[in-house]
Amino acid sequence: MTKVTLTINGKSVSRDVEGNTLLVSLLRDDIGLTGTHVGCDTSQCGACTVHVNGESVKSCTMFAAEADGAEVTTIEGMANADGSLSVIQAAFQEHHGLQCGFCTPGMVMTAANLLKENPKPSEHEVRAYLEGNICRCTGYHNIVKAIMAASGQDVSAIAAE
Amino acid sequence: MYAFDIERPTTIADAVAALKSDEAQPLSGGQTLIPTLKSRLAAPSKLVSLSSISEMVGLSDEGGVLRIGGATKHDTVAKEAGGSHPGLAGLAGKIGDPAVRHRGTIGGSIANNDPAACYPAAALAHGATIVTDRREIAADDFFTGMFDTALEEGEIVTAVKFPRPEASNYQKFEQPASRFAMVGVFVAKFADGVRVAVTGASEDGVFRWTEGEEALSANFSPDALDGLSVSAEGMITDLHGSADYRAHLVKVMTKRAVAAAR
Amino acid sequence: MPKDTGIGASTRRREDVRFLKGKGEYTDDISTRDLAHAAFARSTVAHGLIKSIDTAAAEAMPGVLAVFTGQDFADVGGNPAGWLINSRDGTPMKEPKRPVLAHRKVRHVGDAYAAVIAETKQQAMDAVEAIEIDIEELPAIVDVKAALSGDNFVHDEIETNQCFDWGWIEDNRQATDEAIKNAHHVTTLELVNNRLVPNAMEPRSSIGAYKESGDEYTLHTTSQNPHLTRLLISAFVMGIPENKLTVIAPDVGGGFGSKIYHYGEEALVLAAAKRTGRTVKWTADRSESFLTDAHGRDHVTKIELATDADGKFLAFRTETYANVGAYLSNFATATPTFLHGTLMAGNYTVPNVYVNVKAVFTNTAPVDAYRGAGRPEATYSLERVIDKCARELGMDPIELRRKNFVKPDMYPFTSAAGLEYDSGNYDALMDKMLEVCDRDGFEARRKVSEAKGMLRGFGVNAYIEACGIAPSNLVGQLGSRVGLYDAATVRVNATGNLAVMVGAHSHGQGHETVFPQVVGEMLGIDPSTIEIVHGDTSKIPFGMGTYGSRSLAVCGSAVVRATDKIIAKAKKIAAHMLEASDSDIELKDGNFTVSGTDKSVSFGEVALKAYIPHEFPLEDIEPGLEETAFYDPANFTYPSGAYCCEVEVDPETGKVRVDRFAAVDDFGNVMNPMIVTGQVHGGLGQGIGQALLEGCRYDEDGQLLSATYMDYTMPRADDLPFFTVDHSQGTACTHNPLGVKGCGEAGAIGSPPTIVNAVIDALQSGGKNVTHIDMPLTPHVVWSAMNNA
Repeated sequence: MTKVTLTINGKSVSRDVEGNTLLVSLLRDDIGLTGTHVGCDTSQCGACTVHVNGESVKSCTMFAAEADGAEVTTIEGMANADGSLSVIQAAFQEHHGLQCGFCTPGMVMTAANLLKENPKPSEHEVRAYLEGNICRCTGYHNIVKAIMAASGQDVSAIAAE
Repeated sequence: MYAFDIERPTTIADAVAALKSDEAQPLSGGQTLIPTLKSRLAAPSKLVSLSSISEMVGLSDEGGVLRIGGATKHDTVAKEAGGSHPGLAGLAGKIGDPAVRHRGTIGGSIANNDPAACYPAAALAHGATIVTDRREIAADDFFTGMFDTALEEGEIVTAVKFPRPEASNYQKFEQPASRFAMVGVFVAKFADGVRVAVTGASEDGVFRWTEGEEALSANFSPDALDGLSVSAEGMITDLHGSADYRAHLVKVMTKRAVAAAR
Repeated sequence: MPKDTGIGASTRRREDVRFLKGKGEYTDDISTRDLAHAAFARSTVAHGLIKSIDTAAAEAMPGVLAVFTGQDFADVGGNPAGWLINSRDGTPMKEPKRPVLAHRKVRHVGDAYAAVIAETKQQAMDAVEAIEIDIEELPAIVDVKAALSGDNFVHDEIETNQCFDWGWIEDNRQATDEAIKNAHHVTTLELVNNRLVPNAMEPRSSIGAYKESGDEYTLHTTSQNPHLTRLLISAFVMGIPENKLTVIAPDVGGGFGSKIYHYGEEALVLAAAKRTGRTVKWTADRSESFLTDAHGRDHVTKIELATDADGKFLAFRTETYANVGAYLSNFATATPTFLHGTLMAGNYTVPNVYVNVKAVFTNTAPVDAYRGAGRPEATYSLERVIDKCARELGMDPIELRRKNFVKPDMYPFTSAAGLEYDSGNYDALMDKMLEVCDRDGFEARRKVSEAKGMLRGFGVNAYIEACGIAPSNLVGQLGSRVGLYDAATVRVNATGNLAVMVGAHSHGQGHETVFPQVVGEMLGIDPSTIEIVHGDTSKIPFGMGTYGSRSLAVCGSAVVRATDKIIAKAKKIAAHMLEASDSDIELKDGNFTVSGTDKSVSFGEVALKAYIPHEFPLEDIEPGLEETAFYDPANFTYPSGAYCCEVEVDPETGKVRVDRFAAVDDFGNVMNPMIVTGQVHGGLGQGIGQALLEGCRYDEDGQLLSATYMDYTMPRADDLPFFTVDHSQGTACTHNPLGVKGCGEAGAIGSPPTIVNAVIDALQSGGKNVTHIDMPLTPHVVWSAMNNA
């Protein structure tokens, strides 16, 4: 067992973890933050994406022990302080960027990282940045559109409701 | 996963010491290792995390040679190497996906020598020098076969030194599912000649396409490769492509890399 | 001004808020203080006899609570097939038992033969590795055609690997043969409809709990239809009385068919909960999903199209080998037959159709309905052979299709494959498609591509599907063992808000938003006062769940019927309150008014009165305001569409890029255009995935080669373009109250042939004599086809 202390969504948390405890297990099973999902075991689907020290990482491919001292943000920490949807979250709702909702937390976390790095991404840049996030429901159309809209770009020319 | 402990040393010396225990294994980002552990294909007793060793992180210019610490993340290389090494930066920016690039490290990639990984092609094409805790190894001597390197038990890659090419480029033709290189070709032009390193294609891991190098050293243009063909012998055949196809792609990707080199 | 609420409005989804904030509750998110974990021992060989299983070491491992093997379930029932198919000779299909855990024999890689229950998942997995099994490996049966000769059987007791040999319509066979024999031209095409893995992003998960005090079981599970799961467990597999078993499907992360079926893991966690006295959870990892979720498609087909000199279709004849895998999944026998053969006339007036399907057991995972289910296979065969025929006849592929379309004045139209199409207008769809895709600009775009060294192709497709599954009377005649109605209860509370309990299950479709749009409009009240309850058998009426593009067409119709009953009763109450006759009461904008007067009461006042029935004429009106309706459709619905795309092929590498895609669909009336468009997008993603990327492959030993996302290519954002989607040309369904047809599967049905037709067009434009390539059209496959041409 190793003791880790980290900040999760602004709150300091200490836990004893095994060496093989993944960050996602700490979040879901120990802390009860079940918004972060697990969709694969080969680090490709991205449903488990969280921010560690401000950068997107796959929490299924990082040990909890390595997050000692880190600032971690999960989907539960993404809404505005008053509980309303953030700009990115609101854009996903407005543009129907989610269906079953399972990949959605990872999509939102990745989108937030993209817009931090690249405030006005092109369609191509959005699609390329989503390489590590798989959605089975939407065909990505409305996810890409939502992210571009969240960046403040006019998406009205992009087809459909 | 089986049970194991994790240590997080903060110096190279401590890491080397920690790796002396039985069944200890370095953890340098873990973007390949952790999925392997999850499928219970490895059973280390201890993982020694290299991510907290600050002396192994970052890029520095050593007299025209770019030194990249072994624990430097792909994302950092993608963002910081472009001034002197645009081909290398481009390569790093296309490894895995953004989240993987925020964790995976150059040392981890080089030491693992996955036959479809990108970094080995960059190291070999640059004629890079692999710096370890105990010695320096030329890239030409370092990659000894699929998942095999010149590293000894417990030896870690602390840095990689890349001489500055006059022009370089990396073209990756992705395996559609994994997005690893089905064929990745790094072309680097130096004053004394052109080096072409190929990853993803060969059963022996990364290799230099010497005929291509000779032709390009004489005439650095895509047309210089027209008369050449790459043998399919020893190339990988799998679900995603035959040996013939990979051999064909080596030439196509080399031409494209030459055309795009700057 | 577009509407914000009600029928036809693109109301934003209320369920999104919880999903976007990480507050959804999927099965694996549920935890209890007494939770224990299950892990399964799964076969690593495709086919073998179990000589012995020794669980002693596993039972002694730390944390282990129980170990189960096939022996523990040898005396209980099996997981049944839901549809009886008779062979051409009249004999019933072969139905070998599908046990909870494999007993005496393992039949595919991943077949579970034991399970461990332990305090932690790690402990359960450790103990699984300690189970000793001695398996005598047998040769694997993988190839569907080879499986039909020899004496190596997946199920020894049936002494064949053929499940059935089905003909549709057997009485048409001779006429079809004659038509083909005498035709001016016959186009023949042999093709493979590639096997797919559904890959809902949420892996399957089940939690079993048992309460000794009432001898009651609760199963939380990733299901598209919790009542069906309960029925199968109760009536067939475990014998738990239905009223002692609650099945709850909470938020479910996608299904696409794979979560229709009952799986052995669900039964196991219930049995384990009773034996251990603990709540027992199992969640698949992705590798288990690949090995054990029901796969889709996997047909090997020969199709012939006979035409006259003018291109008029005279006959379609197909011979298909359908792989059903190692065991019959619940609807495995319906998918290649009545969801496939009956669609084999397509959108066309062709007079003769004959379909032969041989279903074959193999040592692979079970195969069942996956988004589209039989209809993609039918559409692909038809639309590929039609395209090939057009090239052989030198005709424009669009004109060839138009020449043979069913025309708008022909409805109701009975197709040569036996279905009665109620409405449609295929020419209008084609016209609209040509308009929205800018067909006129194609040649200029082709020149631009060619200047870059790329080949550009244009592909077109027309499809029809049978949705709104399904009329029980009809499917009962055809062999279905279940009814396919659905049900809804509308409960008006005393304070005027509503709970609507529905048998459909939403796992991405947006029912929580759309059903209130319908009910709100009918009652003239704010939809936000209407709550949808679904997924819990203890709360909802017995419904058949969500698949086959049925939720709105079938369950939505039940919602309408139940709401009609609410209105009728509310009018009675209002009439009593207003001292008028029922027949004089009108409902408008949420108020009940005496016709021709200004006397009215609001919906809320009526609701309150229903629960405070002072001075009620109790002989005429019962207290309360709650109504249930079961709706069984009179026919299938028939969505149709015209799709086209443009692709660019890199001749040096074979890589195909989809540049443009337009889908014009007739879904009848549309309740929420935003959601309908999203459903089409998703179907297109999966259909384009089938065409270009996804291929589930077993080797000759029955090992799954495409067993992770490292080798099974999921469509990613950069594999797909923005889509142009149009549903302005709808023709209302004539037999359900909303006039709706269903939209969930269309994209996956219409897109694969569109893509392949476009790639063939591109290659031919580059001088390559390629007439067909089997999917998926990966770079290597396309490159090989070009270089062998």
